[in-house]
Amino acid sequence: MKPIFAALIFAFSLSAPVAAQDLGERPPADSAIESAFESGPVADAAEEDGLSFTVTDESEWQDLGIAIPAFATDRERPTPANANGTTALGLELARVITADLKNNGLFRPVGPDALPRPGFAQITAPAWGTWSGRSAEMLVHGYVRAGADGRLTVGCYLYDVQLQSELVREGWIVPPQDWRRAAHKCADLIYSRLSGESPFFDSRIAYIAETGPKDRRVKRLAIMDSDGANHRFITTGRAMALTPRYSPDYRKLLYLSYVDGNPRIYVYDIGSGQQVLITQSSNPTFAPRWSPDGKWILYSMAVAGNTDIYRVSAQGGPSVRLTNTPGIDIGGSYSPDGSKIVFESDRSGNQQIYVMNADGTDQRRLTFFGGRAATPEWSPRGDQIAFTHIAGNFRIAVMTPQGGNLRHLTDSWQDEAPTWAPNGRIIQFFRTEKNSGKTGLWQVDLTGRNERRLPTPVDASDPAWGPVLP
Amino acid sequence: MNRISMTAALLAGTIALAGCKTSAPPDLPPDPTPTTRPTVPTTPVQTGASLGTQDHFLAAVNGQNTVYFDTDRYNIDSQDAAILQVQAQYLMQYPAITVTIEGHCDERGTRDYNLALGERRANAAKNYLVSLGVPAGRIQTVSYGKEAPVALGSNEAAWAQNRRAATIVIN
Repeated sequence: MKPIFAALIFAFSLSAPVAAQDLGERPPADSAIESAFESGPVADAAEEDGLSFTVTDESEWQDLGIAIPAFATDRERPTPANANGTTALGLELARVITADLKNNGLFRPVGPDALPRPGFAQITAPAWGTWSGRSAEMLVHGYVRAGADGRLTVGCYLYDVQLQSELVREGWIVPPQDWRRAAHKCADLIYSRLSGESPFFDSRIAYIAETGPKDRRVKRLAIMDSDGANHRFITTGRAMALTPRYSPDYRKLLYLSYVDGNPRIYVYDIGSGQQVLITQSSNPTFAPRWSPDGKWILYSMAVAGNTDIYRVSAQGGPSVRLTNTPGIDIGGSYSPDGSKIVFESDRSGNQQIYVMNADGTDQRRLTFFGGRAATPEWSPRGDQIAFTHIAGNFRIAVMTPQGGNLRHLTDSWQDEAPTWAPNGRIIQFFRTEKNSGKTGLWQVDLTGRNERRLPTPVDASDPAWGPVLP
Repeated sequence: MNRISMTAALLAGTIALAGCKTSAPPDLPPDPTPTTRPTVPTTPVQTGASLGTQDHFLAAVNGQNTVYFDTDRYNIDSQDAAILQVQAQYLMQYPAITVTIEGHCDERGTRDYNLALGERRANAAKNYLVSLGVPAGRIQTVSYGKEAPVALGSNEAAWAQNRRAATIVIN
């Protein structure tokens, strides 16, 4: 055993095999999505003025009527993406887009089941009269075509019905199993064009699936798309798994597992199906986090009961200790530019949020709101820090990076562990029920008004939202 | 009379053991008030359990293998000290015995922090045993944070039972 306080540097165990693992079947590797054609003609300046909505003006555009009829197909063909062929797939694509835009409280779209179905030729030449008669202000058209190699080409068009003009178009070539990604790309295109915000639907979430009674919970690492589809369990549940984090390129998952009987952070490589310990040490490790560029990993390690935050290269090598105060320093979330880290510490006597430079210098307390403040997460946009505010109830809150402008977004018995949507406009978290201990994933927008539960196959906690898929 | 209380102690010990392992009972009897714990006998009790088992240890410490903590605290108070002194006597008497101290928290904390706090509590109990002469190498620690409660309610009495460090004999 190393001397307790001299152990500043620990070897990264890239080559050390883990004797017992708790891994199930690994998920398929991702394939890149190609652009099918260049963006269409950009709307002229006059039209831009008519669409200068922002999220803060959401009352304006939330009621925007968007018609999303079924996508057309050039000719009916079989495809592995849908047992009933490309015509049926066109309907499903429009349904996924409608659900994306509707479920996040962003728009009130009308989906394909309530609308006439356009023909293939109408995708680029809409029947304006049909849509203006339905008082649709915006119209989404699209098509799906199955190529000889089986791959799908999906085109997505957004029209302004009153102006009778195209606002934006884009297309993608996807393997048939990735057809939902094409729908999310289309939803992202529409959302970005109408709100002026960055896209976020084409992304994934890692979380912990929970089953069983409160004192014998089975906790498994699981992943899913941002809308809950393509759900997969990564671990079998034999060992308790907690606190996952997707790498920015989605190739690795950091998470805590008790697979060897102790809480330890593992790096799971999705491509190889192998996992290694974050650091070769007999000490427990917690709270893994990636830097935004994926080059660094933060983790927290307890040595003789004292927990500090460490940084290690994602390629391995020695760890560097960033905090060294008595007490619990834990977590950590990088600013988007990687220059600062916001973290949690009880050095003042109870949990509060602090910020430091990425090298550990200049540690300063940010939260003076009363109660305790925990689990800070820096917005991908850099303008806000989300955290758990504990003052009676556990509530999701945001503040500026300077520690000002506290705003509570939720008010329930126990909401904790916020994670940001890739565009920094929506926060996901988990909610625990009093007494039963049942958990579920929820999300809320920055206004706090649009709150909804994300459906999961079983109870769920510890969500970690990844960036837009590469 | 003596025999009855001994049986009760054994029974309590069995329940406590079950709570610390994977198969906890669905619910526990009403919460014992930590401030009225009976004083523990200072001599190991002879029982049918064999040395090296948790039952043997529990019988010797009168079922009191657990110390409790206040919210967010990890200090060893006088009641905890009395309990750990009995545990230390046992460990000094049986030098081949090794133990794991499991640190736990109540549900009213965030997950990461509770993992670290449970580790701190387990270490506080360990450090006290070491200060009494038990070699540090015979005591392992593990934190379960808020993941393994023994009392299932969401109330102060349940939380008080869950903020604990339990000493478990390694077989």
